[in-house]
Amino acid sequence: MGKALGKEKQMDVQKLIQEKKQKRNVTKQFEKVIPFLLLLCAVISVLTTIGIVFTLLRESFTFFSEVNILNFLTGTDWSPWTGHFGVLPLITGTLLITVIAVIVAVPLGLMSAIYLSEYASDRVRKIIKPTLEVLAGIPTVVYGFFALTFMTPLFQNFMELSIFNALSAGVVVGIMIIPMIASLSEDAMSSVPNSLREGALAMGATRFEVTMKVVLPAAFSGIVASIVLAISRAIGETMIVTIAAGASPALTFDPTRSIQTLTAFIVQGATGDTTFGSTIYYSIYAVGMTLFVFTLLMNLLSQWISRRFREEY
Amino acid sequence: MQLINHQNIQKRSGGRVLLNKVFKVLFFLSTTVGLIFLSMLLYRVLTQGTGHLNWDFITNFPAPYPDKAGIFAGLIGSLMLMAIVAPITIIIGVGTAIYLEEYARKNRFTNFIQANIQNLAGVPSIVFGLLGLTFFVYLFQMGYTLIAGGLTMSLLVLPVIVVAAQEALRAVPNDVKEASYGMGASKWQTVLRVVLPAALPGILTGTILSLSRAIGETAPLIIVGAATAIYSIPDSLLSKYTVMPIQIYNWTGRPQEEWQLVAAAGIIVLLTVLLLMNAIAVWIRNKFQNRY
Repeated sequence: MGKALGKEKQMDVQKLIQEKKQKRNVTKQFEKVIPFLLLLCAVISVLTTIGIVFTLLRESFTFFSEVNILNFLTGTDWSPWTGHFGVLPLITGTLLITVIAVIVAVPLGLMSAIYLSEYASDRVRKIIKPTLEVLAGIPTVVYGFFALTFMTPLFQNFMELSIFNALSAGVVVGIMIIPMIASLSEDAMSSVPNSLREGALAMGATRFEVTMKVVLPAAFSGIVASIVLAISRAIGETMIVTIAAGASPALTFDPTRSIQTLTAFIVQGATGDTTFGSTIYYSIYAVGMTLFVFTLLMNLLSQWISRRFREEY
Repeated sequence: MQLINHQNIQKRSGGRVLLNKVFKVLFFLSTTVGLIFLSMLLYRVLTQGTGHLNWDFITNFPAPYPDKAGIFAGLIGSLMLMAIVAPITIIIGVGTAIYLEEYARKNRFTNFIQANIQNLAGVPSIVFGLLGLTFFVYLFQMGYTLIAGGLTMSLLVLPVIVVAAQEALRAVPNDVKEASYGMGASKWQTVLRVVLPAALPGILTGTILSLSRAIGETAPLIIVGAATAIYSIPDSLLSKYTVMPIQIYNWTGRPQEEWQLVAAAGIIVLLTVLLLMNAIAVWIRNKFQNRY
């Protein structure tokens, strides 16, 4: 009886060992499969990029087989419904909005960053910084509504302004990108080591002089990168300009007039009764391609600046 | 003999000190411009919108009269869209982040994926709309449906979530992982049972914040054909749909002033949803914040 029990136990142990081994094998297989599954996830983002480039290129090529690419790039009349596809008015429209936005956002954003990084106490910074970031979280359609129903009537008190105009749209786009410049520049300034500031202060410099002559030069690359990134955001901004800047492409730098940007045309072209496969349908992609190239250049420039001119401490 | 001539110092530094004071005020004032604008915006929306904001507005479908119009279709549409976007982006986004942080070797390919994600985050949202229009709407023949919108939005949100998840994973200290390896755990066991739970609050916070960004997105959804007049809530993935920002955009575009008040009411509902999501994100961050 005792012997039999012992044998049974032995068998049991061997079985257990075998099971354990099998389990370990399964785990090992599993361990090998997991990285591949995760890699598949990572590849999706690459596929997205390829998809974007492929889409824009293919449809743009179809467009350029119908419209001469030179006429597209140098034409000064954009009225697709009568067959004129010169993209320059859309580009100047986008530029106009961007310039106004930069004029508003760069001084305000930079000065906010300086205040937060150099002057504000910790307590004040902890209140103001998140509040500024709320501005960045507000949907752009809300900004558009505000530009159309508040900014434009406000400006109309002081000047002749059409209902849809580049000025109020540009100003509101500028306010939208303030938090971006402020936040990224503040990060750049905060990472300037205190020893530099203390050195300058010990030499008798005022806080303002320390900021201008020590902190700003040291944080220069980060500041410029943040501005370029903000410009890229302003170029790609869609809803504010669609709602408030109008839909009349014009080769003008007069901010009181109604204009159309690259993004606003894409919205107009996609929502109107554009039929699939028409020249107008393909023109959306050619305009999208132009927009994509502009923003990509800006993003790459921003990354290059922050890499190339970074001061390491 | 007096070594320091106080009068002289006063004369010389007085201007510089004054300059410092002037600029301090100037810097402070420019900081307040953003804040003033924010409060103006909120004040304006609240005063215009509250008149139309009542229970009927939340439960009504679009209507040709401002008094009867409601945001119900958009509210439900937005929530359904997020119900599609959230699982897709969390699974793929966290998977990508784990791969990049825990598995990938430091080589060119990994750098390429990383740079690619960074650049994708900078692509204007409307370009994602064009991508969705070509692939989901036409090539895969989904048409102007909820699923086409959901997939487009997923691709748009993905890079942001990957970056957020990567940051959360990076914040998990190495000794926790080493302790797990020391106990004989395999790599995947360590990732699944030690690293992920430790990084989960950070991942969730980042995810909710990016989703709240996505709820306010309008442009790509206009391109992939979110409708404006929807009189029933979507009952399948292949139904037509609308979202709150699209309805607001539509109301804003109408010439009669009455509709602007309706748009303002819609904005209040949209901002309330955003506020709720952000509050949840902050709550998660504070409640589960790990202290290492």
